[in-house]
Amino acid sequence: MAVITAEDISKRYIIDHKKGKGSTSIKDALGDQLKKVFGGKKPQHPEYEHIEHEDFWALRDVNFSVEQGDRIGIVGHNGAGKSTLLKVLSKITEPTTGRIHIRGRIASLLEVGTGFHPELTGRENIFLNGAILGMTREEIRKQFDAIVDFGGIEKFLDTPVKRYSSGMYVRLGFAIAAHLDPEILIIDEVLAVGDAEFQKKSLGKMRDVSASGRTILFVSHNMTAVQALCNRTLYFERGRLIEQGETNQVVASYLSKISKTKLLREWNTPEEAPGNDLVRVKKIEILPEYVDNQIFIDVRTPFRVRFEFWNMMDRANLNLSLHLYSMTGECIFNVGTLSQPYSRGLISGECLIPGHFLNDGTYNVSMMIVKDTVTPLYNMEEGLIFDVADYRDGVAWYGKWPGFVRPQLSFHTEMMEENILND
Amino acid sequence: MKTHEVVIEPGRSEKNYWRDLWRNRELLYILSMRDISVRYKQTVLGTSWSLIRPLITMMIMFFVFSKVAKLKGDPGIPYPLMILAGLTIWTFFSNAFTQISTSITANSNLVTKVYFPRLIMPLSSSVVSFIDFLVALGLFVVLTIWYQFWPDWHILFLPFFIILALLASFAFGLIFAVLNVRFRDIGQLIPFIVQIGFYACPIAYSSRLVEENAGEWWHPLYYMNPMVGIIDGFKWSLLGEKAFFNPASVINSVAVVILFLFVSIYFFRQRENSFVDDI
Repeated sequence: MAVITAEDISKRYIIDHKKGKGSTSIKDALGDQLKKVFGGKKPQHPEYEHIEHEDFWALRDVNFSVEQGDRIGIVGHNGAGKSTLLKVLSKITEPTTGRIHIRGRIASLLEVGTGFHPELTGRENIFLNGAILGMTREEIRKQFDAIVDFGGIEKFLDTPVKRYSSGMYVRLGFAIAAHLDPEILIIDEVLAVGDAEFQKKSLGKMRDVSASGRTILFVSHNMTAVQALCNRTLYFERGRLIEQGETNQVVASYLSKISKTKLLREWNTPEEAPGNDLVRVKKIEILPEYVDNQIFIDVRTPFRVRFEFWNMMDRANLNLSLHLYSMTGECIFNVGTLSQPYSRGLISGECLIPGHFLNDGTYNVSMMIVKDTVTPLYNMEEGLIFDVADYRDGVAWYGKWPGFVRPQLSFHTEMMEENILND
Repeated sequence: MKTHEVVIEPGRSEKNYWRDLWRNRELLYILSMRDISVRYKQTVLGTSWSLIRPLITMMIMFFVFSKVAKLKGDPGIPYPLMILAGLTIWTFFSNAFTQISTSITANSNLVTKVYFPRLIMPLSSSVVSFIDFLVALGLFVVLTIWYQFWPDWHILFLPFFIILALLASFAFGLIFAVLNVRFRDIGQLIPFIVQIGFYACPIAYSSRLVEENAGEWWHPLYYMNPMVGIIDGFKWSLLGEKAFFNPASVINSVAVVILFLFVSIYFFRQRENSFVDDI
């Protein structure tokens, strides 16, 4: 049975270019009206009037339905319309066109600790936030101990929340939300906050909720969490629902589309190529060695970095030096080739980066051409920027895996002696 | 449990809006409690603050209007008592009006994140102002004991005028609450309106003085102000026959308040679904 049916949902915002989004002043509104009434005088900039109000479609012709017990992931770029969809579903804003039919009590958690008041104590805020999320006082009282326990804030119940650490604040907020008892639960990116242990706890709670047959809609940028939790996924781009279906498939196509990876840069003639009078770059390329229909590089994928350059010197001892940087600029490693004598011509180099080596993230590979092992002739600082996607198997933890590298090292445990702790 | 069904469509005003509002009465209670407890937690003086302020205002006004300007009060009624009566109901009206006007913008964090009938927010502002009013009324009672001034049967009409003042603040405040979402500069207009109202209403003076100028061109204008009837009626209920009260003025008040109440609730309901897009 479909619990949510959305037909042709669109949501239009009118963007006011004069002052940006938000409140207008009466003077502006009156001024515009007067201009309309008295006309005559042309605006100073002809195009100005034109762009003053622009339509922006945050959602466009969205159709989908959600079955009882579905766990729906909603993915897409920032500004793709995910949050707008959640707001429309939770009746916070109404759609411009279309119709949604919802069967069941709906609770939406678009923010952790909505309406928390900093001056009020934890106890008071539990009742406040619970009421805001639609619980009755009776329900809150019944769940009170469980909420306090889940949030782990027993000691601070009577402290104003303004004295809470941000972690405690988030834990309390999520604890209240986790004890809501709706038939449909809408969640927006709450896992982006809190420490790893708490994220694990929250995901576990969400799984419990879905196991009890309730329906979940979950917006997240954390693909690992979406894959672990959701059976179906909706993929939005610029307000349109461009793909929906089984999670692994939709997530894969999302990842391949958002990937910043540019696998090849090539110049046909030395004249247009980057470099100098001595050397010029012809090509830098990443050649992934995919297995099983993979369409993007993940932590398992081995790949080769291929580099070709023109040498315009008659005789020179040359070597290549490859640096791999993280997006925050730390150098992860540097490898070089042996220095060899070369005459004028086209030279290539290739480096194999094994699978199960780099952690997930975005990387920048730079290539340096060096003469006589000490003189850099040319350094291509931003050679290629590429993404390595996450992949996990048999791990129930979905937080960001720490570290720059994620090597598969030999590491195992074994039972040394059994039953020695029994009384 | 029967399944809860909702249809979301543009411009579909919720058929069970009023039932929804009733269902959310606990939220109303909790939001009101929040504002009250926050108010009294933040100030060192706490509850006494809502006593000290009117008391000092009353003393200053007594000095300025009665001692310096030598205005005549209603014969037989201590001037300070007359001021405090007018001040009590005016403060109630103006506080409620001000807080209702800003109720939506002040709760923008809720408006953008959760759904509930938006009328809850102005209603909760009314409740908070009403509690403050009860405290101020207590002060008035203490002062009547001090002056050995006992109310008579007129006091039976008191609830009527209190309700009328509440409805008036709600009717006017609601319009400003809606405008305030779209046009933030309205907010700066409100203290100004309240200040003008203070002098246009019989608070520091008695309407008897206005009545003595019955022939003047501004005399009918004075009675067009719906608050005149409400404030005079309130003073009359508390201070009895000796307080000046023109019963005709209250008819005007009732008519204006009811008209504005319908208009403003209609206006509010029209706009409330788009608050989140403008805020």
